[in-house]
Amino acid sequence: MRKIWIPAVFLAFLIVMWEVSTRLFNIESWILPAPSIILQEAVQSWTNYQHHISSTVVLTLSGFAIGVSIGLLIAVLLHVLPFVRQMVYPVLLLSQNIPIIVLAPLLVIWFGYGTLPKIIIITLVCFFPVTIATLDGFRQTNRELVHYMKMAGASKQQMFTKLELPHALPSIFSGLKISATYSVMGAVISEWLGASKGIGVYMTLASSSFRTDRVFVAILLVILLCFILFGAIILIERFVLRWQYVKGENR
Amino acid sequence: MSKLEINQLSKRFDDTAVLENVSLVIKDGEFVSLLGPSGSGKSTLFHLIGGLFAPDSGSITLDGEDITGKRGKISYMPQSPSLFPWRSVLDNVLLAQELKEKPNRDKAIEMLNKVGLSEYKESYPRELSGGMKQRAAFVRSLLSPQKAMLLDEPFSALDEFTRMEMQKWLLSIWEEAKPTVLFVTHDIEEAIFLSDRILILGDRPATIVKEISIQFSRPRVEDIRLSEEFLHIKREIYQILRSDSHD
Ligand SMILES: Nc1ncnc2c1ncn2[C@@H]1O[C@H](COP(=O)(O)OP(=O)(O)OP(=O)(O)O)[C@@H](O)[C@H]1O
Ligand SMILES: [Mg+2]
Repeated sequence: MRKIWIPAVFLAFLIVMWEVSTRLFNIESWILPAPSIILQEAVQSWTNYQHHISSTVVLTLSGFAIGVSIGLLIAVLLHVLPFVRQMVYPVLLLSQNIPIIVLAPLLVIWFGYGTLPKIIIITLVCFFPVTIATLDGFRQTNRELVHYMKMAGASKQQMFTKLELPHALPSIFSGLKISATYSVMGAVISEWLGASKGIGVYMTLASSSFRTDRVFVAILLVILLCFILFGAIILIERFVLRWQYVKGENR
Repeated sequence: MSKLEINQLSKRFDDTAVLENVSLVIKDGEFVSLLGPSGSGKSTLFHLIGGLFAPDSGSITLDGEDITGKRGKISYMPQSPSLFPWRSVLDNVLLAQELKEKPNRDKAIEMLNKVGLSEYKESYPRELSGGMKQRAAFVRSLLSPQKAMLLDEPFSALDEFTRMEMQKWLLSIWEEAKPTVLFVTHDIEEAIFLSDRILILGDRPATIVKEISIQFSRPRVEDIRLSEEFLHIKREIYQILRSDSHD
């Protein structure tokens, strides 16, 4: 963490290069606006796009929450029902080769332009990383601890709540981090398909009127949203998995 | 109160017979060590007693009750400390109780004080040294509601000095309640120092080849390690183990 200033300096350098070259080569701002112009636009028209942000945030968070819940539920079900797992798991893996976005038009036909098809898209992109990571966590349960629990006479339920679930938490959190980014992407893309509000909508409008600076503002917003969501999860992880962060000689 | 009886126990894995007709009786409050070379089937015997899997033949009874293949009947301290990394030391030592009944926190805190872990109640296992982990694992098995204890080489991973400290410490704790103990080790001195009786397990398939009573009075003092009698027993056991591995 102490070395964070090295990439930070590099990033600052890139931005400065960007600024300098747009001025130096007189690049027109509808092709590539300078960072200063983007920033200016971001500040100036805050009132114009503010309502778009809240709409996307709500969509992202609800989609994320639903997707993650379903992902966890599927993982637990597959874990406790090995037969179902054998049947479903390969299909699940295979399904991930389908870019979810190609299903979007279908979802629009079935469910229209409301919130439901958007939530479905986010759920579809979100649940999978959580399911896989959680199943992985269950599978890697320390065998010595399983032995111990069995010898101590633990029931199936105790085995799950006292060993398998807490043991899988670190994996679950890595799944959550992936899903968080996916959920933002899912939200923006689903807004492209048709919506009245949202960063995705703001982006499409800006792009069709060649307001490249606004497109960049939208990109910036998406990145910010990703970072905030990601950061929040890391904070929660730090708290829940605090035992991992205490000083210790091993592991 | 808790008398552990094992009758004609046999177990094979695939083609290899690991245990063959092992019989032993441990009286209530007796400290018995099981001494045998690595891979002779000591842990397997414990797994059978703990009900992890069923024997091919034979039976295990505790106070007359048939516990063959039944889990949760004995308290067990595994070969590795097997503490749960996400639980504090206090929550770890309460685990075995938690599975069976309402855990008694005050008792656990008292025990942790006694073993010198009072300052580490709220610490996580990774913050402890090897010896401290073993102590915590031992407190966990002491606190578990079952009366007979199986200890599987609890000190084998420790350095010589810590190990001797832990042996003294174990005896001092054991003297208080005198639970029935079956203690696995491959350290001859450890077995002599701790036990009332030593059972020597032969190699492949394991049977009990010799039983030796240790007469040193209790509570035991460190000095007996250097006594003539101690060395004599040590030599005797050494020869049994050696002759067994030669044929
Ligand atoms: N589940 C199992 N499946 C197949 N073979 C096994 C199994 N458990 C143990 N064995 C075999 O049984 C033999 C005895 O193993 P065990 O762990 O009981 O030995 P041990 O006396 O405890 O040795 P150590 O002193 O090294 O702990 C070994 O050869 C081992 O490979
Ligand atoms: Mg062993």
